[in-house]
Amino acid sequence: MKPTLCSMSWSRAFAIGGIVLAQLLHAPLIGGAHAAAAATTTPAAAQTTAPTDTDTDTDTDADTRPDIVKRGEYLARAGDCIACHTAPRGKLFAGGLAMETPFGTLYSPNITPDPQYGIGTWSEEAFFRMMRTGRKPDGALIYPAMPIAQYTKVTREDSDAIFAFLRTVEPVRQPNRKHTLRFPFNQRDLLYGWRTLYFHEGEFKPDPARSVEWNRGAYLVEGLGHCTMCHTRINALGGSSPREQFAGGLIPVQNWYAPSLTSDKDGGLGDWSIKDIVDLLQAGISDRGAVYGPMAEVTYHSLQYLSDEDIRAMAVYLKSLPDQHGRKSGPSATPDPQVLALGKQIYADKCAICHGANGEGQLPHYPPLAGNQSIEMNSAVNPIRIVLNGGFPPGTKRNPQPFGMPPFGQELSDAEAAAVVTFIRTAWGNHGLPVTAREVNELRKAPLH
Amino acid sequence: MHRRIIGSLVLFVLLALRVLCGGVACAATGAAAAAPATMPPAMDERVRACTSCHGVQGQGRNNDYFPRIAGKPAEYLFNQLSAFRDGGRTYPPMGYLLAFLPDDYLRQIARYFADLQPPYPESGHADLPPKLLAAGERLVMRGDPARGIPACVACHGARMTGTEPGIPGLLGLHASYIAGQMGTWRSGTRHALAPDCMRTIALKLNDNDITAVSNWLARQPRPADPRPAPAPAGRLPLACGSQPQ
Repeated sequence: MKPTLCSMSWSRAFAIGGIVLAQLLHAPLIGGAHAAAAATTTPAAAQTTAPTDTDTDTDTDADTRPDIVKRGEYLARAGDCIACHTAPRGKLFAGGLAMETPFGTLYSPNITPDPQYGIGTWSEEAFFRMMRTGRKPDGALIYPAMPIAQYTKVTREDSDAIFAFLRTVEPVRQPNRKHTLRFPFNQRDLLYGWRTLYFHEGEFKPDPARSVEWNRGAYLVEGLGHCTMCHTRINALGGSSPREQFAGGLIPVQNWYAPSLTSDKDGGLGDWSIKDIVDLLQAGISDRGAVYGPMAEVTYHSLQYLSDEDIRAMAVYLKSLPDQHGRKSGPSATPDPQVLALGKQIYADKCAICHGANGEGQLPHYPPLAGNQSIEMNSAVNPIRIVLNGGFPPGTKRNPQPFGMPPFGQELSDAEAAAVVTFIRTAWGNHGLPVTAREVNELRKAPLH
Repeated sequence: MHRRIIGSLVLFVLLALRVLCGGVACAATGAAAAAPATMPPAMDERVRACTSCHGVQGQGRNNDYFPRIAGKPAEYLFNQLSAFRDGGRTYPPMGYLLAFLPDDYLRQIARYFADLQPPYPESGHADLPPKLLAAGERLVMRGDPARGIPACVACHGARMTGTEPGIPGLLGLHASYIAGQMGTWRSGTRHALAPDCMRTIALKLNDNDITAVSNWLARQPRPADPRPAPAPAGRLPLACGSQPQ
């Protein structure tokens, strides 16, 4: 089973939050005080701890008029529900996808309207409270593999539409698989620690000083799109400072680097046009590069289906993220001449046919490597993995028959792969740093599928 | 640029041949006819991620990991591509490459390689006991009715070049690749569409059977006519999900 995008980013935070709480729990009084603090910080959540009759009322009171269902389906696409709630070869939304984490395996639940195994007995109100508070109708805390810190921003109207859509999918009688988390991570109470650090309940608040388009983009990016789950680094203290929002980070377990979305110098969108961002998100290819790794999944399942207006709004919002440092400048690094010569030779033999003698690419299908942030950003993880593993951009409505890049892992040694990656990171004015054979060797073990 | 033109020319000639031959042998493409009618331009470039391992013509490599894919029935190839994508077959580098490609494109890729017929490699010539090879030939040509094992040729065609639309040819493959696939069926890591007839058969084969069959197959000379046989009129010995009847 492939690990999925949404399962990983919270895991380090969960670990650190969990450790904090585990330490607190050693002192029962403090542990009790901590739980009380959690309850006061999330008063709405506290009210849902005890199940009420309406939570499991069989009259689910969803408004399933066709236009609302259609909107709900669209919003479920925007939230990429399918990526986690449908297993390979599994029934639509029946769950069962295994999500590997450093603490064990989580299995996504069945969200079809089956009354026994799915959410068939949930009310519209219960579904909304789950989205807003990250709690199930019985009060149980949801593991943050579900993007609860983002979905809390979703409006009541949108939540109701998604629920209405989910009422119309085929009910599947498939029991949920039990999570196999190791102790102590199988203790749901640990989630109080995580929630105290990272869960801030509340609907998206539009910024009246910004345009309607910007606010729509912010709502989609910060809410249903849950982009931050991969694109914000979690720091060593287990917090994510606002300064680092969308500044990129390594996705644990999967070992892909989610690049910065800000306008900053390391891989950010600073000198991208709105059209470039729109093309990348929606078509999967752009004049600046293609989506790959976990982002290919997001475009494939979610972004390709969004309207031109919504994708543009997301691009407008992303483009407005603060520019801290501007693009990198100055002379390129000067690697070992022997390494550079080897890399140059390999590039000429194997890469130039598609990417051009001077890294200029051949648009639209062969991205330029000169000035390409994916190549020159500080983390060398992505360029190394693309050389080793190759990859197809996702097949999308706008690019249904993508051109695939061959994997070279089987024909290049660690030293050769390191040489060619070093070459493309430092040639043509690129500002990346050299990579070592050891880094290449480590990434040969990264999970693929 | 000239590569693209050559690729398109090859494709055009192949398509033209298909139209011209239109008779019995070529008519029975069955479910493969569901493939989109038009092929996008520059398919040879689009599938470089495939051909860098399986050969420019899909002829396979001289090792056990990258088998010949050229000339196999399109529906069979589509079934394999979707199985790698969705978990019916497990080989992470393939699953990774195919993860986000839609069915329509996989059908085009399947058709592209089904229409290629590059020369076969030299047959295997390892020094093996004649008794073993005779046992392999017997299983391939006649099966073992006492154990309920049908002859390979009963489904894979008398020439062993496969059967339209869903059954692959058995020639041009390495013995260890064939044996490896039998092993994955027995261990349950390779699944065909249900009912999975090959799993039923593989479970009845012992290690000796697999060594015998795979080595005998790998020694067979290149077939005079490499195309898959048309879909059979009669019933198969076992029900197979890949070859609905």
